Amino acid sequence: MTETLAFSSEAMKKYEWLLTRYPTRQAALLPTLRIAESEFGELGVPQMRYVADLMEIPPALVFGVVTFYTHYRRAGVGTYHLQVCSTLSCALRGAGDVVQRITERLGIGTGETSECGLFTLSKVECLGSCDTAPVIQCNDDYHEGLSLEDVDALIQQLRDEAGKGSA
Amino acid sequence: MSFRKIFTQHIHEEKCHSLSFYQKNGGYEQARKSLHDWQPDDLIETVKAANLRGRGGAGFPTGVKWGFVPKNTDKPKYLAVNADESEPGTFKDRLIMEKNPHLLLEGIIICCKAVGIHHAYIYIRGEFVFAANRLQNAIDRAYSEGILGENCLGSDFTLDVTLHRGAGAYICGEETGMLSSLEGDRGQPKLKPPFPAVEGLFGCPTVVNNVETLANLPYILEIGAEAYGKIGPEKSPGPKLFCVSGHVEKPGVFELPMGISLRTLIDEHAGGVWKGRKLKAVIPGGSSAHVLRADECDVDMDIESLAAAGTMLGSAGVIVMDETTCMVDALLNIMRFYHHESCGQCTPCREGTGWLEKIAHRIAIGEGRMEDMDLVTEVCDRMVGKTICALADAAAFPAESIVNKFREDFVAAIENGGSPAWIKRHPASTGGAATHV
Ligand SMILES: Cc1cc2nc3c(=O)[nH]c(=O)nc-3n(C[C@H](O)[C@H](O)[C@H](O)COP(=O)(O)O)c2cc1C
Ligand code: SF4
Ligand code: FES
Repeated sequence: MTETLAFSSEAMKKYEWLLTRYPTRQAALLPTLRIAESEFGELGVPQMRYVADLMEIPPALVFGVVTFYTHYRRAGVGTYHLQVCSTLSCALRGAGDVVQRITERLGIGTGETSECGLFTLSKVECLGSCDTAPVIQCNDDYHEGLSLEDVDALIQQLRDEAGKGSA
Repeated sequence: MSFRKIFTQHIHEEKCHSLSFYQKNGGYEQARKSLHDWQPDDLIETVKAANLRGRGGAGFPTGVKWGFVPKNTDKPKYLAVNADESEPGTFKDRLIMEKNPHLLLEGIIICCKAVGIHHAYIYIRGEFVFAANRLQNAIDRAYSEGILGENCLGSDFTLDVTLHRGAGAYICGEETGMLSSLEGDRGQPKLKPPFPAVEGLFGCPTVVNNVETLANLPYILEIGAEAYGKIGPEKSPGPKLFCVSGHVEKPGVFELPMGISLRTLIDEHAGGVWKGRKLKAVIPGGSSAHVLRADECDVDMDIESLAAAGTMLGSAGVIVMDETTCMVDALLNIMRFYHHESCGQCTPCREGTGWLEKIAHRIAIGEGRMEDMDLVTEVCDRMVGKTICALADAAAFPAESIVNKFREDFVAAIENGGSPAWIKRHPASTGGAATHV
């Protein structure tokens, strides 16, 4: 990677504000990683290194933190990260069928990304929305109470959205 | 006194989350009184007298916890609001944050005045993006209206509130795991003592309270400890949010007095077991609680009654399973969760949750042995009470109760070559890699 990474001035402002909210610098690490995630689109090794340098904390600590949590966008994830809740309440109401449907429609298994780079399929744990099971979190948005037809419609909607973006 | 809803009475109104709506309905009056008229010790005594018990899972008396915070200390004190809501089957704090964020902020002000805290952190799970935005907007509004910040509500009290987003880890709901995470570290729990009240966030005295716990405070001040104590059972009173999910007609969050019967909750409020089927099992307090068989469900939903029934109120996440549910599959699902979420620090938890998943898995795919049922109990015995935090217990409680109360399902799976779902998917199975949900 030759391109040098850097926060935009707006992101830098947010980061500096963050530092005023905590008595230690390290406490701002999780929210700073969020900024990095939205600035750079993903958190790969170069991005993590950038954050470590910026915050003057050891890279190993940053790697340790990023890998401990499941919600950061790691490198290699598709444009749309379909995260299907597979915990008990969702499993009782058809989460397994939802996963299967996505696999059929997109030809990808759990943990895989579609060839077009648009979709990644993951199973995740309880999303705190069990009353509207089954639930998919796609990037930041929840899609709740999904029938299999809803799953098809969601995939179509995302495809359309992506098509518009590149047009 | 008739029961008045305090969390959900307005949730169907479009602007219920706005500051103007909240204030029109008496919002921030109790915070104002607490800042101007109340002495901190009197606030603590009132919360003690009201018998408010923590709504995060452990049910610890809130006023008593506040009382543990040292009064004379040079260190700053903190409030860490537990908005991690990651216990499977639980979705109540999200409702408060999305629909009634100012109620939470008002509760925070009251707590901070009582304990002498000038900075509160709200630790919200990373997945709750919508709730986090709502809450951040409410915080921003409260600052700009002089409700937070310096001279809160015209008093000489200063209070900062910072929203802190987690990043996906169940263990950050455990209070010391949450503090580690707030400090910018991996969310690994710490040995207690020292308890957070004495040495918590950044090494300073810290109150950890759940969102719903804090959201009770304005109401306690409004109606007084005595009246509050009369809502529901004496030892764990108050209005309560019950989450019902799984095989019911109308899953949802229901605000009812503590001590409502489990049957009423399921049959009347949640519309009964779905598709006209029969009830098989209920986990009453989030997936960490002991399971109840259908014939054990004549029980009241409060801390003491559920403890007497051998389970717990926990987070009040009621997961209902109908007669078609195979408890082997349920066990596998729950154990996969705990194995995945164990932070790995303690051997009994790291290995134990792995074993439990492995045993459940092999029974589900038809490779189980009769001895496996006792093996589950044995593994659980080696986990409970032997670890840094209660996640090991949280895995062991459902495991031992599911196996021992539904032995017939396990025997059938062992004898028939797997759970019914597995057999259906692999009619001529000789075992192999399972793709169970
Ligand atoms: C494994 C584990 C997970 C927990 N998850 C949560 C949670 O998501 N939300 C919560 O409020 N409490 C959770 N708790 C309970 C907290 O440790 C703590 O008791 C609670 O936040 C205290 O607040 P309260 O007294 O107001 O209930 C969890 C506990 C354990 C052991
Ligand atoms: S009991 Fe489990 S989750 Fe808790 S600290 Fe030990 S290993 Fe981590
Ligand atoms: S089990 Fe899927 S949201 Fe809770």
